[in-house]
Amino acid sequence: MKPTNTVIKVCMGTGGIAAGGSEVMDAFRTELDASGIEATVEKNCLMHKVGCRGLCAKDVLVDVIVKGQKTTYQYVKPEMISRIVKEHIIENNPVTDWVVGDDYHNFHKKQLKVVLSDCGAIDPEDIDAYIAGKGYEAARKVLTSSAPEDVIGIIKASGLRGRGGAGFPTGVKWEAAMKQASRQKYMICNADEGDPGAFMDRSVIEGNPHAVIEGMIIGAYSIGADKGYVYIRAEYPLAVERLRKALSDARTRGFLGKDILGTKFSFDIKVKLGAGAFVCGEETALIASIEGQRGMPRAKPPFPVYSGLWGKPTVINNVETLANVPYIIRNGAQWFSSFGTEKSKGTKVFALTGKIKNSGLIEVPMGIPLREIIYDIGGGIEGNRALKAVQTGGPSGGCIPAEMLDTPVDFESLAKVGSIVGSGGMVVLDEDNCMVNMAQYFLQFTQMESCGKCVPCRIGTKRLLEILERITKGKGKEGDIELLEKLSADIKDASLCGLGQTAPNPILSTIKYFRDEYEAHLKGKCPAAVCKELLTYYILEEFCNGCGACLRACPAKAITGEKKKLHKIDPALCIKCGACFDVCKFKAVKKV
Amino acid sequence: MEKALKKILKENRENEGNLISILQDIENAFGYIPEEAVNWFASRLDINPGRFYGIATFYAQFHLKPRGKNIITACCGTACHVKGSDRLINGVKKELDLPEGEETTKDMQFTLEKVNCIGACSIAPVFIINKKVHGKAAADKLIKEIRSIKGANSEAN
Repeated sequence: MKPTNTVIKVCMGTGGIAAGGSEVMDAFRTELDASGIEATVEKNCLMHKVGCRGLCAKDVLVDVIVKGQKTTYQYVKPEMISRIVKEHIIENNPVTDWVVGDDYHNFHKKQLKVVLSDCGAIDPEDIDAYIAGKGYEAARKVLTSSAPEDVIGIIKASGLRGRGGAGFPTGVKWEAAMKQASRQKYMICNADEGDPGAFMDRSVIEGNPHAVIEGMIIGAYSIGADKGYVYIRAEYPLAVERLRKALSDARTRGFLGKDILGTKFSFDIKVKLGAGAFVCGEETALIASIEGQRGMPRAKPPFPVYSGLWGKPTVINNVETLANVPYIIRNGAQWFSSFGTEKSKGTKVFALTGKIKNSGLIEVPMGIPLREIIYDIGGGIEGNRALKAVQTGGPSGGCIPAEMLDTPVDFESLAKVGSIVGSGGMVVLDEDNCMVNMAQYFLQFTQMESCGKCVPCRIGTKRLLEILERITKGKGKEGDIELLEKLSADIKDASLCGLGQTAPNPILSTIKYFRDEYEAHLKGKCPAAVCKELLTYYILEEFCNGCGACLRACPAKAITGEKKKLHKIDPALCIKCGACFDVCKFKAVKKV
Repeated sequence: MEKALKKILKENRENEGNLISILQDIENAFGYIPEEAVNWFASRLDINPGRFYGIATFYAQFHLKPRGKNIITACCGTACHVKGSDRLINGVKKELDLPEGEETTKDMQFTLEKVNCIGACSIAPVFIINKKVHGKAAADKLIKEIRSIKGANSEAN
């Protein structure tokens, strides 16, 4: 029996490949060849890779579409392919044991996909797949029949605001650059996604690079730029590779280069690889880095729209912002502004990670209550433990405690509770996470990434970190919490750029909502049992069967005990490394 | 070395290169930034070597010391942190017998480096061993992988 109209889609984002996506594709190919379907594969059975569809925790995800009926498989391994091909593709009986469950569908139910609508559906390395879904139509329409003012009018009316963190209205930025008389202008895409715990931009570029390119073409036409750059992290090799291929394909098809689509408009894009500095996400630092210098920010004004790259008017937009643009032009400003809240329009992509069941990439309408993200989309907390807080906005953001879970997620509401939307990182913390340790983690990050140009940030973050370190080591002093608050306020006021101005946020918001944890540390206790110096390890008599695993694992020889008899930890010798805790299969090692 | 440096110079002349792209090319060619390479470019381009080092020490991507044959990258992003990457890193350090403050083993076989975030948070904690991403990393699996590389090395010798 011949399969007809069969499509196989294999998730091949960074997550999919790590879980073995390439091996799964190879197995499909071998199996299809062996089943004698090979002669018709080209005609009737199409297999292609797709970018991230969000739920990377269940990778490798594979869609098998037979006669228009889509079935999705999860945790696919190469050895499962022969059964899928035989039973599903040839006999049309889906292998129900491996099909995704309710949580997969619930994960998608409350999402609203604009930017991600094609991610996970089309082959990111095939320009024709993008074109087939109306790709580059928006660019064609704009270039051939709209004046730059009209395009900017649409973007302004849509209410689109920058998705990189600050939320500045995109149309207003474009308008300012358009009004500059300069003959040379630049359009830059900021893909230097540096926030730890965020991967929205990586996934968009890996899953649908052409949408970003099309957004840049429309932006460049609106402001009058003929040169563009994508500044992308070198830590994202797959995104860089797919972006380079997409650019070269777009050039071949005449969407980039001289006289695009037969018009008088010329525009081309170069890829610039970031060299690993978080501060380069700040626009003036990013410009310095493209120019080949140390990526240090400068004072604003003048803003880059007046004086940017090489002193020329420059617009810098984030990946997600640009990827929204083609969809807005295609569907209209009203369509876009019908999603979201009064001041935060459209959707936002978040990287939902940490102690959550359905960890992955999500896109939701602005204003959705945080509770729905955590419990409906995210499926709740791992191991059904208690939620403690949700950290948003990475090292520039803050945390939202479990009691405030009904906060709507939009620019204004998150700012009101002391956090930010930021670029879209959302890390879920449970009762096993120590909030002082979290603040220390972020400060370690910002302190290391501080470029050193201005004193409040360079020295201030160092002092903050030192105070946090002594608190987590049980050496905190009376008045340390107040000192943290005072220093934080000064650093926020006096720092030159966004890095320093927002670096104290993780401290301020954890003190605001979890002051009791700080106070407990001052008294020598870490309530979540995370801070090493404040822990004591001991062995529970009723669970220990004397297997000796802990004794062998202990690097400090702090554990004694005879075989099949109770073992003991000598607190004077214990270095609190946790090795015994990790190896004990009987949960006999406890820490408090 | 001279031949490789000439090639880098030529390519950067043709493609509007700058100090960062030159350093990136040097790093790619040698795996680190050798002092001789910096001096070679400094004299040829009449740019003070200090400016090269100013950039090389600013960005995390550049390494001033030679690195090991096998590169183990530990992700220290937020998601990996809350899922216990610190403990895994300590385990790997112990396995490699790395002294505190060192990244590369004495025999130049392994380098253990920490990076901010590789953006694969939904499969945290993440390690990259010789460019292959290992998601949902666990101590025993990492150590097994490292031992198999060690084993392959000793056989080759």
